[in-house]
Amino acid sequence: MLLEATQVAIERGDRRLLSGVDLGVTGGEIWQLVGANGVGKTSLLRGLAGVATLGVIGDIRHASTFLYLGHASALKLGLSAVDNLRWHPACDVTAPPDQICEALAAVNLAGYEYRPVGALSAGQQRRVALARLLLTDAPLWLLDEPFTALDVAGCEWLEACVRGHVSGGGATVFTSHQPSRFGALQQDLDLGQYAV
Amino acid sequence: MPSDRPLLSLRAAFLRQFLRNGRGIMRRPADVANPLLFFFMVITLFPLGLGPDPIRLATLAPGILWVVALLASLMVSAKLFASDFEDGSLEQLALAPYPLAVTALAEVCAHWLATGFLLALASPIFGVMLGLPNEGLLTLLVSLLLGTICLTLIGALGSALTVNIRRGGLLLSLLIIPLNVPVLIFGTAAVREAVQGGNPESWLALLGGLALGSLVVVPLAIGPALRVSLDS
Amino acid sequence: MWTFIHKLGSPPWFFRFSGTLVRWLLPITVTLLLVGAIWGLLVAPPDFRQGNSYRIIYIHVPAAVVALAGYYLMAFAGAVSLIWRIKMADVTMRASAPVGAILTAIALVTGAIWGKPTWGTWWIWDARITSMLILLFLYLGVVALFEAYENKTAAARACAVLSLVGMVNIPIIYKSVDWWYSLHQPASIKFSGESAIDSSMLYPLLLMIVAFYFLFTVTLLLNMRAELVWTHRESGWLKQLVGDS
Repeated sequence: MLLEATQVAIERGDRRLLSGVDLGVTGGEIWQLVGANGVGKTSLLRGLAGVATLGVIGDIRHASTFLYLGHASALKLGLSAVDNLRWHPACDVTAPPDQICEALAAVNLAGYEYRPVGALSAGQQRRVALARLLLTDAPLWLLDEPFTALDVAGCEWLEACVRGHVSGGGATVFTSHQPSRFGALQQDLDLGQYAV
Repeated sequence: MPSDRPLLSLRAAFLRQFLRNGRGIMRRPADVANPLLFFFMVITLFPLGLGPDPIRLATLAPGILWVVALLASLMVSAKLFASDFEDGSLEQLALAPYPLAVTALAEVCAHWLATGFLLALASPIFGVMLGLPNEGLLTLLVSLLLGTICLTLIGALGSALTVNIRRGGLLLSLLIIPLNVPVLIFGTAAVREAVQGGNPESWLALLGGLALGSLVVVPLAIGPALRVSLDS
Repeated sequence: MWTFIHKLGSPPWFFRFSGTLVRWLLPITVTLLLVGAIWGLLVAPPDFRQGNSYRIIYIHVPAAVVALAGYYLMAFAGAVSLIWRIKMADVTMRASAPVGAILTAIALVTGAIWGKPTWGTWWIWDARITSMLILLFLYLGVVALFEAYENKTAAARACAVLSLVGMVNIPIIYKSVDWWYSLHQPASIKFSGESAIDSSMLYPLLLMIVAFYFLFTVTLLLNMRAELVWTHRESGWLKQLVGDS
């Protein structure tokens, strides 16, 4: 069990958004948090990651390291893609620069490694952020809207990446506005049933 | 929270954050030049407002230089954690298996080198412009070196508390100014003592004590403050 | 005793308890204030140097003392809230901020009133008044920070951090302002000193200080009750309690 959440409630200020959420994630699983806009998908994911602690009530247990990718890409626009990755604030990238360049090539950014990230398009910046997936070996991935700003090729790449990760024993929990991509492989957590 | 042993040593993590912020600042030279320009231009306002009498300016110079340095420091503090907050870096930093106090301190250090440190080095020039006697110039530099350490740290705390608030810049000033009063008092006292021919060492020692104390205590508050801003 | 403190952490219990407490404290406070005021403002002998104008210290000094103590209470409540996450500590902290701020303002105004006949000006930058002014800024900072956050739980946490930093700073600020003042004053006439005070003037002063502590407590409790009423206005226990009385 990589992640175990028991009776989690999410509050924003004085308002309770979700109540009684139970989630257990083991290796090999893909979970998508589904629900209407504003139901609290991002808040729940941030709570599961431990980014938000104030409005998060309940027991959340991690059994391993995890990787969290939020809405924002955590990229410094003045730095190059390589610098952004090797100095990533989560401090989980220890790969040498040539390995980072390989990862960037895998997301179709060969040749853009040393340009300032601010010169790249939104989709390209997103791919720089996603390249981190190839550079860490955290078993659990918590991804918030990872498919935004990606083109068709990018979405296909990410899908393949997640499938590969999961078949190797990892797990992924993500939120997305887009319809289900992983078919039978994924399980949905419908937050509507926990909404207050 | 990730429970495994962290991949990097604390020192390596500190260094990475320092380099990340340092290089980022270097790529934005305006962020370095603007506070110095601000300092320069506001200093110029004082002779314009008070009259060019060199004796009066020289008497008032320690106070003027220090107050303007304080204002310049305030001005840059607002931006300290703002960009990191907006682009999501702060979230990631909070998740890293290192105390936020240390990693945030790395950021503050890089910031200080680009702002307060340079301000202190440039200050003798402006001291001369205001007619500060030569005896006071070195003390001015040293007092500002030590003082800007405190000012930057306290400003960082203010930034950490207000980064998630709309138009938080003004609120930041409100919060920071009372806490900066001792630094101002000790700094100006040191310069004045030197100008009068005395020994400013005791005042500089006090400033040094404040700087050391701030280095230890303020990051402990910056950590929780950043987490509060991330949470709301 | 721990169970008592534990019970204080529960809003409904606190509300009932504070209601009884206020009912007792209010008459005591009023009595103490009246006795102290009459004694100090009318009965105590006039000062050798300042005549009758010194009497304002019977309001100025207690207000200043309690304002400073109030900040420490606020910071302490903030610490409790940060460490043990007790909601009532939050309520104590946010309720004491405006009360302390107003007391500081009273101290400043009465200080100015004292200054007029004594030094001839409404305002003078002496050590104590300047320190009071900075204390007022510290209080206002906490109030402003609280208002600026929309999420009030986060607001309380932020204010706790700020007031703790302020608390650590206050001795440094007071000392540095003291030194600042003595650096710039040629003579050593201490207008704000109370070097040797006669017992006939001291006792009413002490009484007024005690009275102001009571005043602070009562006002704080009333403010906390108002906070609780607002926060829990939808909850059952409050409606039942109000329905009872």
